[in-house]
Amino acid sequence: MQAILTARRGRRGARLAAVLAALLMLAACSAGSTGGAPVNKDKLVVALTGEPVNLDFTTTAGAAIPQAMMANVYEGLVTLDQTGAIRPLLATKWETSNMNKSYTFTLVEGATFSNGAAFEAEDVKFSIERVKSAAWLNGLKSKMDDVQDVVVNSATSVTVNLARPSQAWLYSMTTLVGAMFDPSGVDDLANNPVGTGPYKLASWARGESINLVARPDYWGTAPGIKDVSLRYFADAIATTNALSSGDVDVIYNMQAPELLSSFESNPAYQVLEGTSNGEVILSMNNKAKPFNDKRVRQAVLYAIDRKAVRDTAWNGLGTLVGGPVPPTDPYYEDLNDRYPFDPAKARALLQEAGAQDLKITFTVPTRPYATAVSEIVQSQLRDVGIDAKIASAEFPAVWLDQVFTSHDYQMSVILAVEARDLLTMFDDPNYYIGYDNSKIKDEAAAADASDEANYVEGMKNVVRTIVDDAPVDTLFIFPNISVAKAGISGLGANSVTEALNLAPIAWS
Amino acid sequence: MLVRIAGNLARFVLSLLAATLAVFALMRVLPGDPAAIAAGENATPEVVAGLAKQFGTDRPLPVQYWDWFSGLWRGDFGVSYVTRTDISPLVADKVQVSLILVTLAMALALAIAIPAGTIAAVRHNKPSGAVIAAASQLGIAVPGFLLGIVLVSFFALRLGWLPANGWVAPGVDFAGFLARLVLPVIALAGVQSAILVRYVRSAVLEVMHEDYLRTARAKGLSPLGALVRHGLRNAAIPVLTVTSVQFSALIIGAVVIERVFVIPGLGSMLLSAVGNRDLLTVQSVVMVLVAITLVVNLLVDVLYTIVDPRIRAAAQGER
Repeated sequence: MQAILTARRGRRGARLAAVLAALLMLAACSAGSTGGAPVNKDKLVVALTGEPVNLDFTTTAGAAIPQAMMANVYEGLVTLDQTGAIRPLLATKWETSNMNKSYTFTLVEGATFSNGAAFEAEDVKFSIERVKSAAWLNGLKSKMDDVQDVVVNSATSVTVNLARPSQAWLYSMTTLVGAMFDPSGVDDLANNPVGTGPYKLASWARGESINLVARPDYWGTAPGIKDVSLRYFADAIATTNALSSGDVDVIYNMQAPELLSSFESNPAYQVLEGTSNGEVILSMNNKAKPFNDKRVRQAVLYAIDRKAVRDTAWNGLGTLVGGPVPPTDPYYEDLNDRYPFDPAKARALLQEAGAQDLKITFTVPTRPYATAVSEIVQSQLRDVGIDAKIASAEFPAVWLDQVFTSHDYQMSVILAVEARDLLTMFDDPNYYIGYDNSKIKDEAAAADASDEANYVEGMKNVVRTIVDDAPVDTLFIFPNISVAKAGISGLGANSVTEALNLAPIAWS
Repeated sequence: MLVRIAGNLARFVLSLLAATLAVFALMRVLPGDPAAIAAGENATPEVVAGLAKQFGTDRPLPVQYWDWFSGLWRGDFGVSYVTRTDISPLVADKVQVSLILVTLAMALALAIAIPAGTIAAVRHNKPSGAVIAAASQLGIAVPGFLLGIVLVSFFALRLGWLPANGWVAPGVDFAGFLARLVLPVIALAGVQSAILVRYVRSAVLEVMHEDYLRTARAKGLSPLGALVRHGLRNAAIPVLTVTSVQFSALIIGAVVIERVFVIPGLGSMLLSAVGNRDLLTVQSVVMVLVAITLVVNLLVDVLYTIVDPRIRAAAQGER
């Protein structure tokens, strides 16, 4: 294990300390350049920001765990391709019956878990039922609420019966709630994940890197690279430094677009600008003054020049959409024209609402995008007579406490990364946004229960209703920026699933 | 002597006890609930309650304190409910990283500061002395992380002589281990040596005016010879004191340098544990820091008696 140091080495290191100090300068001379080393095509080092605290997404939220584990260590029955369409994975095919309430999956043959156990229909039943049990402590478990029962037809066939037809359910199966587990492999999910994926965990040096190794017994196409090291960095500058000096091969989901320019002009690197499921949301507390007045919220949307916000805060990267739906979702439509930048209209609306010379508190989580966005939003609000006082809130601890749990805020900004989170955010009046869902509740349920075409149409209607009520301002869709050495292929530009899919990546 | 040691030990234990209470209380006052953080942005009240139960953070505070405290006696920091692993081996790992970094930085700082400070004192009214004094003033004003960034951009990015950041275990790749240590050690030692130069200079200046130095000169020793043979030992006491204080401060102060150079030390561990409200890990790391500080003080106490025979005599007189 590439850990830090063993205890014995540490003592030896301490004893050598004095000698080493003298040798340091010598070592510096002999270390040589690290940039020109020949590429080892069996190895890949990926730089990521934000290390997972453990590897168990069944009891710990956050994007870091599924980013490393899904698609690589764990697989579901179905997955998404780069355009966001559902594709088979552990299920070769599926058909619906019983008025779309039953899904019968045919499973691949010969798939095994990394502990050697065979993947069979019983595992599907176990995994789905486990989500519904008390063992899962992750808010996303509600995505399986509609499952009534799981029936094993044979070793390679399984039927899931839903309480009501649901278009969203099959999509949920592509996410972490659809991950397949082995009953004998769930004892220590935090440290020892067991899945059917192309990689398994080789080692984890906490505070440094998660090391994955390709499984020789993987049922599908062998991954392009054998050893993958996911290295975690606290800030973006350290990632670009590591890439420049050759210590890492890829920076994925980069958090500092202003650092891109030096790579864009250099043929030794490729810069990928894709889209993601993350919406940068300017949220307003719909249940508290002054934003319990729809006119005041609409005034905010007219007051903010979203293009200027994106260009200033995020170097012009990211997609302007005008609604809380990313372009890769089936019910996406361009709603930029609904609230064009119009400060005069904003002032008129504020006057109509009797809300001139507003003073509000703008609670900003301590994240680079949030800080970057907050200042320009503040200045644009000032232009229409809203005096927003920025109050910084440590993220996640204080922000979750204050804004998310206690709803003790007026305005905030957050990157909502969860896929298809429209109804999570707006179909629950007790969510921190506090949107009154009475207008969309029935329509959303009806859309979910209908066929695919009607689902998309129905959801588009729901989105329009929500945007019209202006519960939040969707500033822009967060770009998925990756920088890789030129010799790397297969890295997906878009982040449509929660996973960083490593298997297709290879050195050319 | 025994009384002195017993007194020191009693102080040591009492300090540790007070520290356990202080850090436990502080972490509970901090806003932010570990269960809510683990539940994240999709939390439901049921999930948060379930996690709090699993974590044990729903129990009364005295029970939580006692649970942790009784483990400490056995040298067991317990299992972190955030990372779901034993804390003790992790802390042991990170302590070694930090100690290597800080010890080397301190050694380098002393290796620069002692000769430089002595020269600055001896030549305090000559240009060379003034230059050193001015350089140390400047050095104190440059934050370590800034020096780190400058070093990285020049030696790693422009010249490509050294890796920009990271850490390799010496057992895995010793040359790589050394190469990755050079820049952070220099960055850490830079400010420290600037601080220490000032202490060495003023300590040496003080002993230069002592009568015994004049006597040594009268015996026929050169000014420098007299200073080296008779003066430096006396100047060592205040320098030792400040070195010990700085050493303790450095271990945690190195967190910024650890961040610039992506070094997985104690500081980085503490920072991420605080961010995740990993209460048990924070408590454990703080206890280790307190213990290191106390041990360093104890060691310095012993060093005093070696350096200064008068303290030794006084200690013997006690007996």
